[in-house]
Amino acid sequence: MSQLELKNVTKKFGGLTAVGNVDLSVRKGSIHGLIGPNGAGKTTIFNLITHIYEPTEGEIFFEGKPIHQLPTHLISRAGITRTFQNIRLFKDLTTYENILTACHFNAQYNYLDAIARTKRYRVGEEVLRNNCELLIDILKLNDQRDILAKNLPYGYQRRLEIARAVALLPKMLLLDEPAAGMNPDETIQLLEIIKQIQNQFDLTVLIIEHHMDLIMNLCDRIMVLNFGRVLAEGTPQEIQNHPHVVEAYLGEGGH
Amino acid sequence: MNLSWYYISGILIFAGINLMAVQGLSLLTGFTGLFSFGHAGFMSIGAYTAAIVTSWLGAPFYVSLLSAGLFAGLISLIIGRLTLKLKGDYFVIATLGFGESVRLLFAFLESIGGARGFTIATSAHHTSLFDVVLVNAIGLIVMVNLIHSKHGRNLKAIREEELASRVIGIDVFKYKMSSFFISAFYAGVAGGLFAHYLLFIQPAMFQLIKSTELTIMVIFGGLGSITGSVIGAILLTALPEMLRFLNVWRFVIYGILVILIMILRPKGLMGGQELRLISWTRRLISKRKGGQA
Repeated sequence: MSQLELKNVTKKFGGLTAVGNVDLSVRKGSIHGLIGPNGAGKTTIFNLITHIYEPTEGEIFFEGKPIHQLPTHLISRAGITRTFQNIRLFKDLTTYENILTACHFNAQYNYLDAIARTKRYRVGEEVLRNNCELLIDILKLNDQRDILAKNLPYGYQRRLEIARAVALLPKMLLLDEPAAGMNPDETIQLLEIIKQIQNQFDLTVLIIEHHMDLIMNLCDRIMVLNFGRVLAEGTPQEIQNHPHVVEAYLGEGGH
Repeated sequence: MNLSWYYISGILIFAGINLMAVQGLSLLTGFTGLFSFGHAGFMSIGAYTAAIVTSWLGAPFYVSLLSAGLFAGLISLIIGRLTLKLKGDYFVIATLGFGESVRLLFAFLESIGGARGFTIATSAHHTSLFDVVLVNAIGLIVMVNLIHSKHGRNLKAIREEELASRVIGIDVFKYKMSSFFISAFYAGVAGGLFAHYLLFIQPAMFQLIKSTELTIMVIFGGLGSITGSVIGAILLTALPEMLRFLNVWRFVIYGILVILIMILRPKGLMGGQELRLISWTRRLISKRKGGQA
């Protein structure tokens, strides 16, 4: 059963079609890859799903409900969250505070509870702190917890961004080039982490990545985009042998 | 220099009035990342509301303070709805325009004295140092508790990275509105205290320079630090008085001192950190105990 469904989605910027007539169906619990050359429209698709952009045409459904009209914060409330290609952390907050902030859904108390420090506030904060500790453990950020996000090494910044996204306890996680700029060791570590959180939190993952070995290892299905259009869709084996894909990546007569 | 208690308590009361407005502005600017050059406008709305509620309706002092805060807050919701969708700099310009138009509006309203000002019934309560300390203490407790909650953290997240805040489910517009409302409420209460201290108010008291003065206090103390705002408000209110012996030169020296501090401590006096008296004293005590054992 598909959890996320894009139906005939198009996004135009003036005369430029960044994404054209894309149909995408992501199965619950799967890891779905999104690949393609630079400018193929991969990040635009993420921006459309999270309603940072409004689709020019088409519809997006999550668990059967249309979400293309919802504002970004309600989409994450519905269970979809993401990371960014150019990392967007809360730079002047520590690792711990970054994650704690993102946990906010899991405590329901209002302003008056906070001002009067009611029981609801104290219980809520306790829950948030516990959630936060758990995530720090799982993502192995213990030694980094009191370091300001802006001072973290690059690989840890990427990892923290994933931790912050998972802190929402989402149903679906969109990862935009999580391995960009990482060395092979870090990439392997990241692969393990993605598998682990996907398992532990029962996540559906949609991932954009240029590291082909990571994508081929990780994904159940892959969609290839080129110039905003779907070039191919299938299992990693099917994609690797798809003539159009080989052509797009290696040029005509490349095989 | 004539250091009578009347003189000193007067300075402290003014510092407390400024501090009340600065507390609110600190939430808006230091914790939410929104600059405002119109908070003198909210102060004037609070001042006039308190003056009218007291003089015409005969309401008790604390009721008039509360209505001053609430009415300023109400106006902020209307202004916020219209302007908080604007990005950074444009919002600042909008607040600047707001502050000036409020002042001109009061100057035109002849029924409340127009440009000549409004005199509060002399029988009305006179803001005392105790009032100012009490109101600020309540204000501080509320503010600190708010900042140390998920709501405060969400505001900081918006300050740091607005897009990422939306992606983790924060309703950015709603939180900006809350922050704007709370800051206007504080400014309104400050205006109420001010009106009841002087028992006479006029639009010229709430010019753009008053707004910038408040913002300077927040930045001087350090953005994102409540203790910094407290120190900034008290120090910068007292400073021109301490420099009074320099006569006309005192504002020149005042300006130079502010510039010097900003050069030496570009992130303000507290640089985003809080002065933690409680944890300091605890550490001292535990050291003593450790020494004895």
